[in-house]
Amino acid sequence: MTTTTRNTLRVIVLILVASLVIGPLLASFFGGFKSNAELRTNPLWLPASWNLENYIEIFLDGSFWRYMGNSFLISSMTVLLTLVVGAAAAYVFSQIRFFGSKMILSYLLLGLMFPFAAAILPLFIKVRDLGLLDTYWAVILPQTAFGLSLAILLFKAFFDQLPKELFEAAYVDGCSYLRFFWSFTLPLSTPILATVGVFVFVQSWNNFLLPLVVLNDRDIYTWPLGMMQFQGEYLTQWNMILAFVTLTILPAVIFFLAAQKYIVAGLTGGSVKG
Amino acid sequence: MSTLTRPDVQRRSNADRLRQWLASGKFTAVLILLPPALILFSLFVILPLADAVYYSGFSWNGYGAPTDFVGTQNYERLLDHSVFHTALGNTAKLILVSLIIQMPLALGLALMVYRKTPTNTLFRLVFFLPYILAEVAAGLIWSFVFDGDYGITAMMFQSLGQESVYVLADRQWAFPAIMTVIVWKYFGFHMMIYIAALQSVPKDLIEAAKLEGAKPRQVALFVQVPLIKHAIVVSGFFAIIGSLQIFDIIIPLTNGGPSNSTHTIVTYLYTFGLSRLNIGFGSAAAVVLFVLAIGIAMFYQRATKQGERT
Repeated sequence: MTTTTRNTLRVIVLILVASLVIGPLLASFFGGFKSNAELRTNPLWLPASWNLENYIEIFLDGSFWRYMGNSFLISSMTVLLTLVVGAAAAYVFSQIRFFGSKMILSYLLLGLMFPFAAAILPLFIKVRDLGLLDTYWAVILPQTAFGLSLAILLFKAFFDQLPKELFEAAYVDGCSYLRFFWSFTLPLSTPILATVGVFVFVQSWNNFLLPLVVLNDRDIYTWPLGMMQFQGEYLTQWNMILAFVTLTILPAVIFFLAAQKYIVAGLTGGSVKG
Repeated sequence: MSTLTRPDVQRRSNADRLRQWLASGKFTAVLILLPPALILFSLFVILPLADAVYYSGFSWNGYGAPTDFVGTQNYERLLDHSVFHTALGNTAKLILVSLIIQMPLALGLALMVYRKTPTNTLFRLVFFLPYILAEVAAGLIWSFVFDGDYGITAMMFQSLGQESVYVLADRQWAFPAIMTVIVWKYFGFHMMIYIAALQSVPKDLIEAAKLEGAKPRQVALFVQVPLIKHAIVVSGFFAIIGSLQIFDIIIPLTNGGPSNSTHTIVTYLYTFGLSRLNIGFGSAAAVVLFVLAIGIAMFYQRATKQGERT
């Protein structure tokens, strides 16, 4: 094979795969503009007219915004908590040697191996007994706990690479461990904070099983729950469902394009190093 | 102030050392920074997993304290339940498809787009896109694609002049359809792992092989792939652990049906444990999942380590 035929073949394969990937997404986007009757005859291609009705109806319905708001709040809180709690622990393991620190670190990293779903029934019981059912905390706290292992692993690897001289100099000047953590380690670690933050946010934003189990009140539903609820109400009105799906994945796509560097680094970097 | 590494410090008595350790502020730092992580992790990860083992010994609907101890009965019922066998089989199929179809596909595509050019970057983004979508959203989109009245498969059948097939309601086709969606959703993730590794393969090695007359396919097979073995091992691990936990994507697609033929371990434990409030029974399924995950992880680590030695 010559280089050019090789390359042509390569491009053909790539375009084929890309269209299989994009096809269903575009069909959903187009589907949201169609009437149900049009959808029946033309499920895949451009709509006959760009009719915004379905999208507007969802926009005007308060529940869409409520679902998105709930998800945003829960995801942001999860990120904040994971960053603070995870970085604090990683800082201890990176800077302070004490008896048992290795064992405690191994204990906290156990979470990397544990399947989240195996804990879901007892988590439901625990969250209920703590009186947290139908609160934001019911989702935030377990999510943070299950995200901690990876966060600590990535933070510790990063903190270990920070120059040791910096701490020694600060310590001579009377800077305490706590202050050093707050005013040096954290500001110097923005790349890894961003990586872990973005990663945790995406995980939380897409989480379905945990909210499904611990949230029953529609007012507090996250968007995946809301979407399933919506689907249950509209059943075979695919045009409405597709419009809803499109509106919910649009922010994710935009966020991905903006933060792809961090998303890819968080997903693959941790795995390749570890 | 000196650090603790000086030899004269080490020679001092333990009491002195403890005093200095306390005075250095390390103690307070540990006491403030470590407990939040420890408490959260113990309370919401370790304790629930231990609880699952405990609950699995009871017949319990989740209300009051578990008192009706039934020994291993939950496990026996579980192992006798044909739907659980199906769920285990389906999970095994997911693992196989991930390892045998998804990973080679991802590797092939990674080899095509790992070089840093603008078009490659675009293709990479497109291939990775399904991974960041929520599983439920992906599932809903594909349940439209497979819909027998409105969907794209329906259109394809009709254009061939055939009677439309309700793919997701068909016992024979439902699970292959789910596996298609899963490959669609996750191959980009594995591809990204390979790309990160391929980009760190030294260029002169590839050049040297080319000078020796190796064809592109040979370079890929004998130079690049062996050099990214570590990444392949890691992605295989994710593929297995991920397959064990498939849940979200099944719910909008088939919800375990038709006639319970598309359950995975997790949809099984949700359907038969939680939604019917058989906490003890569901916990038994959870324990099986847990043991499988740990067992496979340990076996996999050992097997791949041995492979590295030889």
